[in-house]
Amino acid sequence: MLNIEIDGKALEVEHGSSIIDAADKVGIAIPRFCYHKKLSVAANCRMCLVQVENFNKPLPACATPVADGMKIFTRSKSAIDAQKSVMEFLLINHPLDCPICDQGGECDLQDVAVAYGTSGSRYTEEKRVVFNKNIGPLVSTDMTRCIQCTRCVRFLQEVGGIMELGMVGRGEHAEITAYVDKSVNSELSGNIIDLCPVGALTSKPFRYSARSWELTRRPSIAPHDGLGSHIEVHVKDNKVMRVLPREKESINECWLSDRDRFSYEGLNSSDRLQVPMIKHNGNWLETDWKTALEFAAGQIKDISNEHGSDALGVLVSPNSTMEEGYLAKQLATALNCGNVDYRLRQTDFRLDGKRLGTPWMGCNIHEIEELDRILVIGSNLRNEHPLLAKRFRKAVANGAELSVISPLDNNPLMDIAHKVIVRPNDIVNVLGQVLKAMSGLQRLSLCLPPSLNQLLEEIKVRPNTQAIAESMAGHGKDYDLVAPKVGIFLGNMALSDPRFTEMYSMAEAIGGISGAKGGILPATSNSTGMHMMGVMPSSTGMHARAMLEVPRKAYLIVNIEPELDCQHAALAKAAMQKAECVVALTAYKSAALEHADILLPIAPFSETSGTFMSMEGRVQSFTAAVKPLGECRPAWKVLRVLANTLGLPDFDYETSEQVKQAIFAGEKPSAVVWRSLNNNLKDLVEIQVNIKHDGLQRIGEVPQYESDPIVRRSMPLQKTKYNIKPMARMCAAQLAELALQEGDQVLVKQDKGSAVLTVKLDNHVAKGCVRVAAAHEDTIGLGDLMGDISVEKLSANQLAAYQASLKEVHA
Amino acid sequence: MLSPQITEKIDYELTKYPAEQSQAAVMSALRIVQTERGWLSNESMSEVAQYLGMPEIAVMEVASFYNMYDLAPVGKYKISVCTNISCMLRNSDEIVDHLKHKLGVEFNQVSEDGKFCLKEGECMGACGGAPLMIINNHTMHEFLTPAKVDAILDELK
Amino acid sequence: MATPSAKAQAPVMTDLNGQTLVCLRTLTESQPAALATYIKLGGYQSLKRIVTEKTKATDIITEVKISGLRGRGGAGFPTGLKWSFMPRYFDGVKYLVCNTDEGEPGTFKDRDIIRYNPHQLIEGMTIAAYTLGARVGYNYIHGEIWQDYETFEAALMEAKAAGYLGENLFGTNFSFDLYAVHGYGAYICGEETALIESIEGKKGQPRFKPPFPASYGVFGRPTNVNNTESYASIPWIMQHGGAAFADLGVPNSGGSKLFSVSGHVEKPGNYEVKMGTPFVDLLAMAGGVWHGRKLKAVIPGGPSTAVVPASIMEATSMDYDSLSKARTSLGAGSMIVMDDSTCMVKTLHRLSYFFYEESCGQCTPCREGTGWVYRVLDRIVKGQGKMEDLDLLTDISKNISGRTICALGEAAATPVISFIKHFRAEFEYYIEHGKSMVESRAEQG
Repeated sequence: MLNIEIDGKALEVEHGSSIIDAADKVGIAIPRFCYHKKLSVAANCRMCLVQVENFNKPLPACATPVADGMKIFTRSKSAIDAQKSVMEFLLINHPLDCPICDQGGECDLQDVAVAYGTSGSRYTEEKRVVFNKNIGPLVSTDMTRCIQCTRCVRFLQEVGGIMELGMVGRGEHAEITAYVDKSVNSELSGNIIDLCPVGALTSKPFRYSARSWELTRRPSIAPHDGLGSHIEVHVKDNKVMRVLPREKESINECWLSDRDRFSYEGLNSSDRLQVPMIKHNGNWLETDWKTALEFAAGQIKDISNEHGSDALGVLVSPNSTMEEGYLAKQLATALNCGNVDYRLRQTDFRLDGKRLGTPWMGCNIHEIEELDRILVIGSNLRNEHPLLAKRFRKAVANGAELSVISPLDNNPLMDIAHKVIVRPNDIVNVLGQVLKAMSGLQRLSLCLPPSLNQLLEEIKVRPNTQAIAESMAGHGKDYDLVAPKVGIFLGNMALSDPRFTEMYSMAEAIGGISGAKGGILPATSNSTGMHMMGVMPSSTGMHARAMLEVPRKAYLIVNIEPELDCQHAALAKAAMQKAECVVALTAYKSAALEHADILLPIAPFSETSGTFMSMEGRVQSFTAAVKPLGECRPAWKVLRVLANTLGLPDFDYETSEQVKQAIFAGEKPSAVVWRSLNNNLKDLVEIQVNIKHDGLQRIGEVPQYESDPIVRRSMPLQKTKYNIKPMARMCAAQLAELALQEGDQVLVKQDKGSAVLTVKLDNHVAKGCVRVAAAHEDTIGLGDLMGDISVEKLSANQLAAYQASLKEVHA
Repeated sequence: MLSPQITEKIDYELTKYPAEQSQAAVMSALRIVQTERGWLSNESMSEVAQYLGMPEIAVMEVASFYNMYDLAPVGKYKISVCTNISCMLRNSDEIVDHLKHKLGVEFNQVSEDGKFCLKEGECMGACGGAPLMIINNHTMHEFLTPAKVDAILDELK
Repeated sequence: MATPSAKAQAPVMTDLNGQTLVCLRTLTESQPAALATYIKLGGYQSLKRIVTEKTKATDIITEVKISGLRGRGGAGFPTGLKWSFMPRYFDGVKYLVCNTDEGEPGTFKDRDIIRYNPHQLIEGMTIAAYTLGARVGYNYIHGEIWQDYETFEAALMEAKAAGYLGENLFGTNFSFDLYAVHGYGAYICGEETALIESIEGKKGQPRFKPPFPASYGVFGRPTNVNNTESYASIPWIMQHGGAAFADLGVPNSGGSKLFSVSGHVEKPGNYEVKMGTPFVDLLAMAGGVWHGRKLKAVIPGGPSTAVVPASIMEATSMDYDSLSKARTSLGAGSMIVMDDSTCMVKTLHRLSYFFYEESCGQCTPCREGTGWVYRVLDRIVKGQGKMEDLDLLTDISKNISGRTICALGEAAATPVISFIKHFRAEFEYYIEHGKSMVESRAEQG
């Protein structure tokens, strides 16, 4: 520790601190624009100049490390002179358009100018004008206001992982821009709005819609992925006007993904369902809650009485709150129905009953940054976990080696040390190779079960998997780590694969030998919570897939659009169509719910209280930021009243807090979580390691801006370059094998369903695979996200015939 | 596509740096491409970015920072005249006026026949030979007089 | 005349009187740049002796310290001391960088070293590399002197072929690779950290120091950066001893020094003379003020040093301490001579445009301030000046100075402050009459 003095105040600071860090810790305000604690130090704005004893020039507090005995003066004449002169320089070319600037009221330059500026200007020459740039649908630019602090440039380079903005030109002509007319495509781009200390970069969707002082700020939790980012919902006249990050160092730091930031536009969509509706003789009628609930209860009762209680299927979104999931489960149980599930995008349920606890990511979010060796299996990190990917990026920047086993070779915007890009079906074999190679590398004797040992004998280890094993074992280019911190994570493509169970078991075995942390990376906001509460079938009940494969007479669906949110779109659609009654608790009245019979308008996260449990097991409750729209009601309340209407006992919750009490049985949530989280299996499952050589496989990713009903309705997100129509994407070798060319029209088939798609060359796709995006109306005729698929080229005649048949169907 | 002649030269420059530092060759790569093609179009910059594995915007930052790179066409012959103090003291203004008159252009303009472009240069580090000018970045002419300028221009066909 | 710029390859030496040739010692020969010429004059012998005898690095540094050699790029930092900052033990490649990026108006001495005596620079750098444990070196050359870049690159090939560069020199385990790299039109790259950024393929924006290049230089590795003339002095020092070099000059300013003389003289060019040579003698070597006119003022070390009126200049000598007493500095030895027909307002106007044009744009005071200064001066030159502009100019300049990452802030401020200080009456006249005092008087007769 070093002893220093700032403005006469003696303090002890850590070795290596900068003056600005030291001052921030004790609350001495030093003005700054370019400095940001999460970015590299640029020291270019010169606003933080302070006087340091024995130095004849003022020094930048951001870039000057403290030394023992240093005496710093932030308010001396020399410091103030320097700061005032920098302020004057900053303002000479800055437009005086604060009244029409969106940053007004929350502008660093404005604030500092009030403290350090003068009332008049000595500058009488012409001011600089800089042309605006169009950098996409999310961030609006007003580059004349730019003060060249380069925070945005550094953010995209250092945090976003790719340089999308730069400062071109030099001197007074230097300006921030993207390359020619490119847009900024980072999925974290919205953070540059927060970082910009002036009004040069502002939110495009929010533009001119409110002044910052008119907004009420309400804390909440982001509902689109498993991170559980802390957000602040800004409200005006009971409407969500924008969403900003709330700083939480251990989760989202001070950042937010674009999905979490801009999804709110979907909350205000005209597609919102505002009153209960009942389908009567094929026509939709608006009705009141009492009628709707009585009708729904009557239908459920009638069908149960006639066909038995297991004629009902209950499907809950993994993005619903714990309270909602819990009540859905309780309602089903009370009806003596075991068919309840939240695992809508899973095909492989072989692990049911084999787990020792609730699967989770296996470590805390911030721990990822400290890992030395990382293996990611079947995940497109940036797509599934835009902000979590940043933690991995940081780890790699810190020197970690990242290995990837996946059917997709997407650029995660960080260095990949080793990768194996194969068909999903071959991943188990590859993991077997890694396991075998590792068992040869480990000095410790292994205690793999004999059955597994035998299995490994059949496997041939290839050089690239050997390299992964060596990396995991700590071998390195410069030196070997004796005890590397290893992390193994399974992503969405693994989770929804028909052979997930085998992949998981192999990963667990590899984790066992390498002493790895890790687990699954669920892509939804509350799946860990749903699992912990057991929102899953009873021992005799049907899981989500079975409920669709063997259609039920009635469905109660909570917060989902079946064709878009289920693993097998065609199956989901058919099951809903076939059912006698579908009761849908939904926030939207979209076409996807054509097949429902009763629509009950529920409140999205912003209009209800509730709890999410994140992938690291953090239980986070939030309250409503605004009142429910129209007749919408929180889904927990709807479920409670529905249960009351059904005459079921023990549904007397007055608040969501009481539901939460019931979930945790009055215990401290963290204690329950601590007991529950466990990635281990009771015993190994049967594993096939031989490689299947024939047949194309689909890689059915859910694009990040199609991941849930709210996101799908956020127009700004839909306008980004990530909103591309699904295509049949294949690598060059695969196209050659099928004699296809980019732009060809093909008929892709899965099970009985099909879709006509355009062929696209995509060398990120493993050979033997076709990448066809899911959660899109063009592909709802298709089957499993990960599964067998066939591709046929269509002639012009066939295409015309197909299009005619489509018209017929619509007619 | 960068021609083999270009990539051969860039590859030579790359030998000067560690393998993982290919960006270091961008100064040379841009110079080589510009020498071959006359100026640096967006396509040229994109090609250099791709060849060196750099973000395009990083290439543009460099190309726009150093004033000998031309991001717009400069005709067949770009004439850069130094007007800085040592040249100014030795009548570079006279040379500039002579060139403007003779070529019928102002600074940063290309002559109608697309042959000449006149640029005002900053100090070229050869002030002992003032006044001076550089043709196409790589050929310097010193101790200029209007007559000498005429002789040089006559050589440029 | 020392280095007649017009005669690129084989200058005929007619008059070397009064010069003390160290860095340009090959100029007495008919083919100064040739390897054979350099070897004939004893070139590469010091290197061979040092490498084969395995002279201790500390002994070499001591010798350089004794020589009194100070950084010839302008800052005048003692070279031996700088060398002692390089970490001795480092796990990885250390770099050596030579700064031949002369872009400050009036500066053109290093150009003559690389085109007339490239091998002495190569030998000097190789000795430095041996001393500092550098494996790779770069000579960063001003982009505008392209023909000289090619001359130097050819010399590198020649040296390599002759076994003075590359792997296992003289059969020892000492290896050194040296490459020529170039700028392409940015004055700021003469600043050593901007130059390092440029070598790395980036914009030439200076880095904040610390860390200094000695710990974080090229590609983040320890790097020693010196000026061309500094390196080129090393072989002479190693051949004749540090004390002999020091004795060439005066106390605190050891050795000889190249002075680039430009502007209103009869014979502009480089003159390598002993430190401490009286200004009037140097001016006489350059043929005196041209056309028989009177001396008005001198910028002794490039525009980043303060302008000095004739009377003060004529009484001073060309060394660090004397020029410091004259309230200016030696800088890079770039002497710009102005006769009595020079309009100081217009001269400052042009210089202010230079700094405005060459500011890298990184730091607020320089980016905004240099443009402000230029615009005010431009207004004055156009006859729209106001008296209060003069104090404003000085004030803006003081606000730029000392508040930026690199020294370009000071460099831009110095001419403004010194021109207005010494020639205020001319500025006041211009503002009052809307035209130049010097030019009006010339017109009047």
